[in-house]
Amino acid sequence: MKCQICDNPATVHLTEIVNKKKRALHLCERCARERNLIADPPGPQLDLKALLNLLMNPFPHAGPSGGPADNVVTQAATDACEVCGLTLAEFKAEGRLGCPHDYDTLRPTLEPLLERIHRATAHSGKEPRAVRVREWRRQMQAAAAAEDYEEAARLRDLIRRSSSGQ
Amino acid sequence: MNLDTLLPHLGEWLRGTGPESDVVVSTRIRLARNLADLPFATRATAAHKAEVVSRAKDAVAKADAGHTLEYLDIPALPALDRQFLVERQLISRELAGGLEGPRGVAFDPTETASVMVNEEDHLRLQVLRSGFALDEAWRDIDRLDDALEARLSYAFHTQFGYLTACPTNVGTGMRASVMLHLPALGLTKQIDKVFRALQKINLAVRGLHGEGSRAFGDLYQISNHVTLGKSETKILNEIREVIVTILQYERQARNALLKERRQAEHDRVARAIGTLGSATMITAEETMELLSAVRLGIHLHLLDGVPVTAVNQLFIHTQAAHLQKIAGHALDGEERNAARAKYLKTKLRELGTHRQ
Repeated sequence: MKCQICDNPATVHLTEIVNKKKRALHLCERCARERNLIADPPGPQLDLKALLNLLMNPFPHAGPSGGPADNVVTQAATDACEVCGLTLAEFKAEGRLGCPHDYDTLRPTLEPLLERIHRATAHSGKEPRAVRVREWRRQMQAAAAAEDYEEAARLRDLIRRSSSGQ
Repeated sequence: MNLDTLLPHLGEWLRGTGPESDVVVSTRIRLARNLADLPFATRATAAHKAEVVSRAKDAVAKADAGHTLEYLDIPALPALDRQFLVERQLISRELAGGLEGPRGVAFDPTETASVMVNEEDHLRLQVLRSGFALDEAWRDIDRLDDALEARLSYAFHTQFGYLTACPTNVGTGMRASVMLHLPALGLTKQIDKVFRALQKINLAVRGLHGEGSRAFGDLYQISNHVTLGKSETKILNEIREVIVTILQYERQARNALLKERRQAEHDRVARAIGTLGSATMITAEETMELLSAVRLGIHLHLLDGVPVTAVNQLFIHTQAAHLQKIAGHALDGEERNAARAKYLKTKLRELGTHRQ
């Protein structure tokens, strides 16, 4: 199999899933290394811009209407964030988001990217106190509804302690 | 705050003690946090940044987290002071130089905790510890984070966790990094093998000053790459397991050096001390390489009379901004090399190493 960027034999094979569509990238080691998709030891950080560019347009010689990624680009590029105005093209160029709301605006692009970077798309870990308290309240109501008053009281005390900053 | 008061002291993280301190120099945990209602750095105006500074200053002043944090306005500081803070690991090179607009740092006088304001994210909390102390550092930064969160509204998403300007930090926003001194793995040519193994399990390896910096003096920072999908505790446990293995490799390599080429190693350490104590011009890189040999010599008991703290002090005080602050004026490259050599000679003479 040949590299999709130059014509050397492809030795690096990447699979991306964008909008539920599976897409494979086959590159030679040099092209993959130039785009920081594989790292030299000791490893630099993943080059987000290179990865984004490749995700958006994995077939640079295919012309304006040729690549299978065109739908993604044209569809999302017009959707600027209504809060900060960031477009997909700007995100592609800068590799940085403009405001917290972008995580919802650019979700179709971000999810496969996060999958690639972190091998995950959902947080697991610490939450701000307000979010924790909201969850405890929900659990307390469920416990009370199930007549588990001991558990409901434990959660009530937890919420009280948290609200008083202890 | 006058930064000159920090000059004679060393940060707590450089005292050269703590668990596994023969190999682990320090442990650092960083949390990236953003305010919910303001744009990230790339789209923030000077007014937005000023608002972030104002809220952050208020929060750090009132936060009860076991630290007294003092705020410094970075644009108001002379370039030399900014570089000094970089050398002390209290701020990043970007906060010191590349970025524009209102920004600052709040840190405690023991240099164990700092909060950078308007770096790539609105807030970057950091805790530093001497030796291998992931749990202690996590407890400390978790408390600082809670204390700030009580007064600030963080950008948090039910799916993506703590939201950050760059998707590589989203989720926990946590980067835990352990600085290791690995001279024996370097000398026995096993270091590349270790790096390849680390990359396979998604851990990053960098030099002293983070991304892109070279690993001078056999000092390496190993940190997590993944911030999303794993809890803070899980990430820390994964790093801990890996570091414990590297510690074993480094110690095995040190024992092998002692067993197989003790005389040659002794000679290398003695020559290092000799050069450090007698050079009249010396670069920062050469100093770091030689101090690395001295540090190893101390832990292999090939050298008496030089405490690790003294090596750490020489290592920090021979960097560019420190030398210029000690001199009291700006020095060009050649002058710095001469000042560095003079400083090393004086300090080593005080320690009595010239009799070795």
